Amino acid sequence: MSLSARSIALHMSLIAILFILCFTLSDYHQGNLARILVLATYAIGYNVLFGYTGLLSLGHAMFFAAGLYGLGLPMHLAGLAPLPAFVIGVLCAALLSALVALLALRTIGVAFMIVTLMFAQCVFLSILYFGTWTRGDEGFVIPQAARQIMGLDLTDPTTRYLAALLLFSTALLITARIMQQRFGHVLIAVRENEERTQMLGYDVFRHKFLAVVISGSISGAAGAAYGLLFGYVGATFASVQYSIFPLLWVLLGGAGTTIGPLVGAVFMFYLIDYSSGFTNAYMLIAGVALVLLVLFARSGIMGEIRKRWVPWLP
Amino acid sequence: MTVLETKNLTRHFGGLTAVDAVDFTLQKGGIHALIGPNGAGKSTFVGMVSGRIPASAGEVWFNGRDISGWPAHKRMRLGMAYTFQITAIYARLSLFENIALAQGTRDRAAATKALARVALADRIDQVAGDLSYGHQRLLEIAMGVAQAPRLLILDEPTQGLSESEIAGFNTLIRSLAGDTTILLIEHNMDVVMSLADEITVLQRGAVLATGTPDEISANRHVQDAYLGRETC
Repeated sequence: MSLSARSIALHMSLIAILFILCFTLSDYHQGNLARILVLATYAIGYNVLFGYTGLLSLGHAMFFAAGLYGLGLPMHLAGLAPLPAFVIGVLCAALLSALVALLALRTIGVAFMIVTLMFAQCVFLSILYFGTWTRGDEGFVIPQAARQIMGLDLTDPTTRYLAALLLFSTALLITARIMQQRFGHVLIAVRENEERTQMLGYDVFRHKFLAVVISGSISGAAGAAYGLLFGYVGATFASVQYSIFPLLWVLLGGAGTTIGPLVGAVFMFYLIDYSSGFTNAYMLIAGVALVLLVLFARSGIMGEIRKRWVPWLP
Repeated sequence: MTVLETKNLTRHFGGLTAVDAVDFTLQKGGIHALIGPNGAGKSTFVGMVSGRIPASAGEVWFNGRDISGWPAHKRMRLGMAYTFQITAIYARLSLFENIALAQGTRDRAAATKALARVALADRIDQVAGDLSYGHQRLLEIAMGVAQAPRLLILDEPTQGLSESEIAGFNTLIRSLAGDTTILLIEHNMDVVMSLADEITVLQRGAVLATGTPDEISANRHVQDAYLGRETC
């Protein structure tokens, strides 16, 4: 089988398994997995920039929040229907990421991390400042009556799971496709050696700019979907914590692998879920697991699997 | 036909003038060597030609176009290729990926051919970082050739190569000359004397002399400045 056929087979089987799980899991795990799929989509967006292009952003929560509020505010304040609100959410994230890219890409390395962090703080503080409309920390709820698309009730657990799966699959297949094209190969080249790439005649800035916009838009789509599927919009999602999460998921699952973001999100979610069942110090267990992974599996779970056993893993 | 021309090309680093008003022309198809003592401004000069280093003053003309303000990637697309003094390859990618990025297509047959020119074709699926230092240099040269450039700039390409690899390098460069114009910075005088059609000597950022290998080795100023003179 050719490389791209293998990769399509892998992604299709993964989507099929996730589809079957919808009807076999208990209600509790079905709900968890729906949430994980949306968060994994966020991680997929993050992975485009961090895993493939090699740019470490500490401010992706602003793109997630742009999607979340871009969808939530028009629905909450103007009673807009979910689908156009979702489109507005993604557009807000795309616009914000283009703006941030233009400014932040003037820096590299640590400076890029700090600049993205600061922009994210601006977004976070703006949400608090405009509390009259955003209701700040407390946030607001999108009621069940508003979360209907063409007769489908997105608050129904199965419908919600399938909507989350649709979002996740779309993001997964789009990024997998991008990474098999010339554009994707150049992103990896930028990650591996920026100066060499420029001296081979590639427009490095243009590639980085598009990577930020693609990454920010996918993150924004995840944010918009989160508001729509779980019905809550709040400033927590714009906080530093939510910028760190996708970094952790991608590191755990394997940066620069297509399914690493999902694996990392599942792993982290259930590690915390499971350990909080028998101890209050569950964050300690999560921390120890992270330290062990960094020490013994530096490329993350899927990265190690690729290194040791499955070199063709996309 | 003139491929490359610089007019008054100058670069200051703080108070230091690394390249001082260099006028330079390069005819199509030849092999031109740029020599001079350390710190003469050779790398800075080709850096400004390729666009890696912005010029403080002066113009660069390539194939009859003024490219002075162009970013490096646009100059490369117009037909330049550049190999770094310090090896710059994609160490974590395979040789095939390295060549594919250079030639701009994923044509495996073409990549194999490009690697065969530096005798690395059988290593096409190896990771570039696993190659010996000499082989990494050859890979970088192969990448430059795979770009099918009109002007190939080589910054000290034979540094770290063995005698037999240098012989192979000389053959490769001679086979390119004619279609490709080659600008070579080189310290190994044997390589310079056997390859170059023309030599320019830089000293303290300025052109000291230009001429054929014979003229240059007979030039008294060059001997004083660079080639070394027997002193009593």
